[in-house]
Formats: sequence, structure tokens, C-alpha cells
Amino acid sequence: MAQAEHKHDLRRTYLTVWFWLFVLSFGLYFVDLMHLPTALATILYTAIALMKAGLIAAYFMHLRFERLNLVYSILFPLILLIALVAAVLPDGLSVLLHRQPFFEGR
Amino acid sequence: MHSETQAAPLEEVLKSDWGGGKSPFGVSWGKLMMWLFILSDAFTFGGLLAGYGALRVTVGKWPDTNEIFAISLGGTKVPLLLIAIMTFILVSSSGWMALAVNAAYQRDRRNTVKYLLLVILFGLTFLSCQAYEWSKLIFHEGVRPWRVPSHPPFNGVVQFGACFFTLTGFHGLHVLSGVIYLSVIAARVAKGVYDRRGSYEAVEIAGLYWHFVDLVWVFIFTFFYLF
Repeated sequence: MAQAEHKHDLRRTYLTVWFWLFVLSFGLYFVDLMHLPTALATILYTAIALMKAGLIAAYFMHLRFERLNLVYSILFPLILLIALVAAVLPDGLSVLLHRQPFFEGR
Repeated sequence: MHSETQAAPLEEVLKSDWGGGKSPFGVSWGKLMMWLFILSDAFTFGGLLAGYGALRVTVGKWPDTNEIFAISLGGTKVPLLLIAIMTFILVSSSGWMALAVNAAYQRDRRNTVKYLLLVILFGLTFLSCQAYEWSKLIFHEGVRPWRVPSHPPFNGVVQFGACFFTLTGFHGLHVLSGVIYLSVIAARVAKGVYDRRGSYEAVEIAGLYWHFVDLVWVFIFTFFYLF
């Protein structure tokens, strides 16, 4: 019944993506072991994590093969996640600034 | 300029795609609903991670996760070894899930069941690792969501306990739900339910959920354990 559902055999694509997910996971672990400066590590962590997420969403979750209508409906709302972080992080920073005088000796 | 070359009026465009009897997203309702659920779930985890970030900022010096989650291997402490293994297990399970979906495309019942069982097995292994990690922290180190030891590496940073149990607990529950969900789907594939229905799409939809759980782990692994 191989031709019953007219979908391509994507095994090769899946295995390639799988391989790169392993490589990127190792990359993340490697960045941790390197003890890089915080700013550089943050950039590398974010970049590699987003690459992994992109690979999973695009190929494993087939987003790349869906209609643009669906792709945009799913991806554009995620921009709000940036707003979420921007909303709560300054609050945390302000608490830190108030606590800092009491952090002597830590 | 002839009128034929002009763009269709808005009314015509709306009628063509949204006027009923069409599928504007080009997917079945089941798949669309799963995507919308995943979108809302992404905000659940986004909120938890943003909250974790804000809490972590307030305490100045966060406990060293490399030390907390290190495992002794022949005398030397390897940082985050168990977490690295858990990551590889989850990435592997995602790979098996992709192969299961591929087998479902071919309507290959035997292989679909085989790969689904592998996904379930890897999911259970992941959960076992997490159970080990939790029991180690709770029973040996005395970490609670509301209390942590005052000695290093915890230094009494109670926010660590709260964030750790909330983030990994929420994710673990998603893995557990996924294992149950996939078990039901695997049983139905084995029984031939989808052969009779003439569509294996249920496997693909379950796959979306499982891949999303893997996707969330990417961010928890990166921003909670590594960072």
C-alpha cells in the first residue's frame, strides 16, 4: 500500500535533521564546558537553541511544507514572547538594584 | 489598461478562500487544533521561562548548575552528564517519532507501531532519568520548591528550588502525557483503526505534540541547565 497516500518518503531528510540536532546539542554542551564570557555564551546559547527549534519545527513538524497561511498564523504570535520577556525582566532588575546593598560578602 | 489585468476586488478574494467550502489553512481540523494548542502551550512555557529569568535576575548570584547536576564517573565529576544524556534521549525519541510519521505516510502498520513503541520506550527512559534526578535533589540534597540548603552550591537561593521544580515538573508532565497519548495511538494503529478509517493522520498529529515537547526541552536545557 506504499502508494496509497501520495506523500514522499522523507526518511533521508529526517535522518539528516536528526544528525544535525545531535551536532547542535553537542555544540550547546560544548559552549557550557568552554566557560566563555557571559555575553558571548548568551549569544551562542540563544543562536544554537533557535537553530534547533527551527529544525524541529520546519522539518519534524512539517511547518516548511504547510501553507503560508498556517505558517504565519503560528509563527507571528510568537513575537509576543519577546514582549513577555521585556515586560518582566526590568522588574527583576529593579528588585536586584534594591537588594544589591545587602549582598555584601556574597 | 484593460479591466482584466486589475487585481480582484477584496470581496472576490475573501469569497475565494474564506467564503466557506474551502480550507484556508490547507490542513484538517484536527491538525489545525493541535497547532493552536501547541501555540498556546508555547506561551505557557514562554511565561514560565520569562518568570524564571526575572526571578533569577533578582538574586544576583545563581547556584552553579554545573556543580549541582554533576555526576561522579570513576572519581571525576562530569558536569551535567545526566542532563546531557536526557537531551540525547529526547532528541533520539523525536527522530523515532519522525520515522513513525514517515511509516504512517506509507500506511505501513508494522513499522508505525514499531517506531511508536521506540518513542514510548525513550520517553519512559527520559522520565526515569528525571525521577532519579528529582529524588536525588529532594532526598539527598534536601531541595524543596520553598527551601534549599544554605551551603554551596545552593547558598540558600530559594528561587532555584521554585524554578527547578516548576520548569522541569511542567515539562515532565508533558512528556508523561505524551507517553500516554502515544500509547493510545500505538494501540489503535495496531488494532487497524486507521486502516479502516483510511487515514493515518492521527499519528502525524500526535507527532506534532511529541516534537513540541522536544522543542520545549531545547529551551529548558539551554536556559535553565546550561546558562
